[in-house]
Amino acid sequence: MSAPILSVENVSKRFGGVVANDAVSLAVPEGAIIGLIGPNGSGKSTLFGSIVGFHPVDGGSVRFRGEEITRYRVPKIARMGLVRTFQQTHIYGQMSCLANMLISIPQRQERFLASFRRPKGEEIERAESLLASVGLWEKRQLAAGELSFGQQKLLEFAMALMCEPRLLLLDEPTAGINPTLINGLVAQLRRANAELGITLLVIEHNMRVIMNLADHLYCMAHGRILAEGDAEAIRADQRVIDAYLGAQ
Amino acid sequence: MSGARDWWLMAALLCVGIVAPFLFPALVAQFAFLWLMVVFALSWDVMGGQMGYNSFGNILFFGIGCYTTAVVQRDFGFDYFAGLGAGLGLSGLIGVGAALLIGRAILGLRGHYFAIGTLGLGIAAAEIAGGWHYIGAGAGMVTPVFPGGVDTRNLFFYGLLFALAGSCFIFLRALYQCRFGMAINAIRDNEDKAEAMGLHTLRYKITAWCVAAFFLALAGGLAGNMIGFIDPRDVAFAGATYGVWMVLMAVLGGKGTLWGPVLGAAIFHLVQELFWTYLLGWQRVALGGLIVLIVVFYPQGIMGWLRERRAGHAVRDGEAQA
Ligand SMILES: Nc1ncnc2c1ncn2[C@@H]1O[C@H](COP(=O)(O)OP(=O)(O)OP(=O)(O)O)[C@@H](O)[C@H]1O
Ligand SMILES: [Mg+2]
Repeated sequence: MSAPILSVENVSKRFGGVVANDAVSLAVPEGAIIGLIGPNGSGKSTLFGSIVGFHPVDGGSVRFRGEEITRYRVPKIARMGLVRTFQQTHIYGQMSCLANMLISIPQRQERFLASFRRPKGEEIERAESLLASVGLWEKRQLAAGELSFGQQKLLEFAMALMCEPRLLLLDEPTAGINPTLINGLVAQLRRANAELGITLLVIEHNMRVIMNLADHLYCMAHGRILAEGDAEAIRADQRVIDAYLGAQ
Repeated sequence: MSGARDWWLMAALLCVGIVAPFLFPALVAQFAFLWLMVVFALSWDVMGGQMGYNSFGNILFFGIGCYTTAVVQRDFGFDYFAGLGAGLGLSGLIGVGAALLIGRAILGLRGHYFAIGTLGLGIAAAEIAGGWHYIGAGAGMVTPVFPGGVDTRNLFFYGLLFALAGSCFIFLRALYQCRFGMAINAIRDNEDKAEAMGLHTLRYKITAWCVAAFFLALAGGLAGNMIGFIDPRDVAFAGATYGVWMVLMAVLGGKGTLWGPVLGAAIFHLVQELFWTYLLGWQRVALGGLIVLIVVFYPQGIMGWLRERRAGHAVRDGEAQA
């Protein structure tokens, strides 16, 4: 595998007295699917926030495609091609599902004047086909806020694909998804990775899914990286087992 | 979508707008005010409805328009019409400039904080205008005398305000169909998400405010001349009346819809005129009561209420078929 598209070095983030990220380091190679696991409250979502500039970090550095982005703000980082989805769904509730998709086109070279045009035919086609791929085509004219939680998760994933990121951070993509749909979603993640060339960093509690999907995993506990390795190594790691048992 | 219906309604309004002053010549001034109210509600809704940023300071741009136009008319030595034209042009520019500057400063604030931040704008502006001798200070400014009779004058300003309301509507309608409209809706629905997807949120927010400011500044220039006298507190920066009304009219008709502000302005203006005629002395109380009723019973406004009803029907029809 090639040079890391994302490297996180010694990133720390404190909320008052809580140390949510404590000198976290990890690397995501270009083209890979990397898993991020850990018990509830171990700091995974916070790490996503630290990476994409959602909150200022207290220390450490984040580099994306060789560029230091630690101090950049969210929209700028997103335009560079580093996009995250949220654990609690974030969609545009009063807008139709189709409009949610159409406003999610890549903003990389979006000129200001381009915002004064209507959506193009090819954009609508692409939006509809992505909606179809997550089973929401029939709902395309429905306000996104009317979707169920699971459907909103799927919509948010489709929006992320519409945005054509280089690196996509997914926060529990299968949470709330009907188990019979999970396999399909996993297949989609793989396809996005293989065909669209999107590198993935995925937080996931469903061990079967993430062990199956990820090339390499990081396990967090109490704000630190506890262990890393492939699925086999992580499964066998006593510290990981203890962390999960201890948390329960 | 509802394109054909929109065009029919617009054509009907155009006819009404052209015919009304000739059918009811005694009411031309009232009708002119109606179009002014439509501009108020439409321009407020760009931010308040479509983008979810409630502004209580938009009256600032109206006042800027009042004064700028009057100053150009007074000092630039043009004849009446050239002076009015130049004044309006400069008003638009200064209004947009003010929105750019203030927007940069306070559009980083979100939600309630932004709303509270805007509260001070109109008050501060009225205070400044009331103490600034170049623009008449507390005594206000008198606009130049219209070269013609009262009826011609009323008709003239009626026509201009009608044209302004019409072009404001058509412009906003086109704007809302562009990606721009989607972007400000996205900001309203979930600004964190809009940022996470890389939208230039600040740029959209400032632009939206500039659009509102432009139409309000032109409205100010026209209204100042139509009223004939610019008082800093009661006309130009009349936050307690115009400033509040623009919010109410948009809410009454339906925030965030294209037709809602137009409908809200029409109903509000009509009711207000009736109160003034039949409840003299109590008109403010009745208006206050009406405002409470609107917020309690029509939180979504008339358009929102209609849509819910229609959705309800659709569900019931669906059940009937099933
Ligand atoms: N905005 C915040 N303010 C204060 N504390 C926070 C904030 N966000 C997270 N925390 C705290 O930081 C710690 C890590 O939270 P985080 O959401 O990152 O965990 P997580 O690993 O994503 O958990 P889960 O698997 O349940 O989603 C928790 O103790 C949480 O209470
Ligand atoms: Mg989390």
